[in-house]
Amino acid sequence: MEYQFILYKATLSIAILTVSLLIAMYSTLAERKLAAFFQDRLGPDRAGPFGLLQPLADGIKLFYKEEFMPASANKFLYILGPSLTMLVALLTSAVIPWGNSLIINGHEFSLQVADINIGILYVFAVVSVGVYGIMIGGWASNNKYALLGAIRAASQMISYELAMGLSIIAVVMMSGTLSIQKIVDQQAGFNWNVWYQPLGFVIFLVCALAETNRAPFDLPECETELVGGYHTEYSSMKLGFYLFAEYINMFISAAIISCLYFGGYHFPFESMLPVSHNILTIIGVLILFLKITFFGFVFMWIRWTLPRFRYDQLMKLGWKKLIPLAIFNMVITGFVIRLLH
Amino acid sequence: MSDLKPYTSVSGRSKIVSDKKITWVERLYLPAILKGMTITLSHLLKHKATIRYPETKREFSEIYRGQHVLKRDDEGRERCTACGLCAVACPAEAITMVAEERKPGEENLYREEKYAKIYEINMLRCIFCGLCEEACPKEAIFLTPRIVNADYHRDRFIYGKDILVESMDNRVDVTKRQTPEVLAFKKEKNRKHND
Repeated sequence: MEYQFILYKATLSIAILTVSLLIAMYSTLAERKLAAFFQDRLGPDRAGPFGLLQPLADGIKLFYKEEFMPASANKFLYILGPSLTMLVALLTSAVIPWGNSLIINGHEFSLQVADINIGILYVFAVVSVGVYGIMIGGWASNNKYALLGAIRAASQMISYELAMGLSIIAVVMMSGTLSIQKIVDQQAGFNWNVWYQPLGFVIFLVCALAETNRAPFDLPECETELVGGYHTEYSSMKLGFYLFAEYINMFISAAIISCLYFGGYHFPFESMLPVSHNILTIIGVLILFLKITFFGFVFMWIRWTLPRFRYDQLMKLGWKKLIPLAIFNMVITGFVIRLLH
Repeated sequence: MSDLKPYTSVSGRSKIVSDKKITWVERLYLPAILKGMTITLSHLLKHKATIRYPETKREFSEIYRGQHVLKRDDEGRERCTACGLCAVACPAEAITMVAEERKPGEENLYREEKYAKIYEINMLRCIFCGLCEEACPKEAIFLTPRIVNADYHRDRFIYGKDILVESMDNRVDVTKRQTPEVLAFKKEKNRKHND
């Protein structure tokens, strides 16, 4: 059993890693396609049918680009930066429940790599480390634009993590657990958290955009002011890692939003479907990916609609609007829970 | 028109700018953001302006002014008589030529008694205005709806007779630009171009 268990977990981790990377790959294409469609263009359609091989071509291109390192850069940290960003982006997927469980030969296998009872805290801890990748990379480049971008990234992520944490606390108060699996299971059917926490959801969504450094919060890589922001000096696959990590983060953020507010792999009328447990699990996984795709679309949709914030506006929104709102949301939630019990 | 108010726009699309304090709802920005997002969403399924170039090409006007052609007449003789009017008319000074007298036995090659031994147009100088075509009294030079190809060397843009003169088995159709009206116009002596 022990041997079987390890084998199963290893397979699951590899499968999730592969799927994350594949989805990130095709998110780049989806992003470009959607950007084009929003602007009445067609987007890349030359590589393969509908441009489906474009991410492959982009990847190969990045591999063949010159590996350039500024002479004055700190070599170790310069390489550590993108590696850390990529590592952290991939780590978060471990606690996300991708589906219910599969029953094979009487054994129950959970479709979650690690159901740790502090799941949300783990996500937070890992996401907070993410800022180090950007910070280290930006600082090690020894370039003022990179440094400015890195400082912006750091202050932005710290500011928005607060509001994000406060909005999640309301969810945790409601469900009484930090385990994402349990939070998801409490939302079985159509009993989604978003109906009880609409304000919390909006705050979380805004903060998720800021955490992933995406428009309208893409100040760390603000092209108009900072050349390329923290990755100005990066080229080849190191740059690729930074760009890729953004899409993985987006995928994971969409997954966490789906799990915390939209019932994860649960869907309405699931208990009425006359199918076996395993089939239901598979449908649930597909439903979760449908939700993730939808939120990925929303992320891109927002990016190609809204212009970038000015830096002082960004800080004002974070500290003066979102944090008070999140505290208000938390207090109201507390009152309601107290009244109901 | 005199009854229009000072700030009324004729098209009706202009908006009067004011510096009034924005209301609480407006300060939320969410309605405005949602409005913006519906606009972008409506563009998602709109007709795309892109033309997939090598497969589909943008339609040219029938009298598009592109690469020149030196016409032959129906018997295959070059029409150009090297009068030099095109070179004089050319505002970019792109046309040069060297004239030569027709020798006996060359009547099947050249229509007039004088012909252009060398006729060169510098395609980098040419502005494709069509004045050469307008000046030509022998209906010899025309602009055609063909694009001058790109090249890596500047000297290859000086097109000689080998490129410009049409071949008899691959004639260039200029009937669209040589209509009876155009011919009549060119024959009018009281026009400035015939001074």
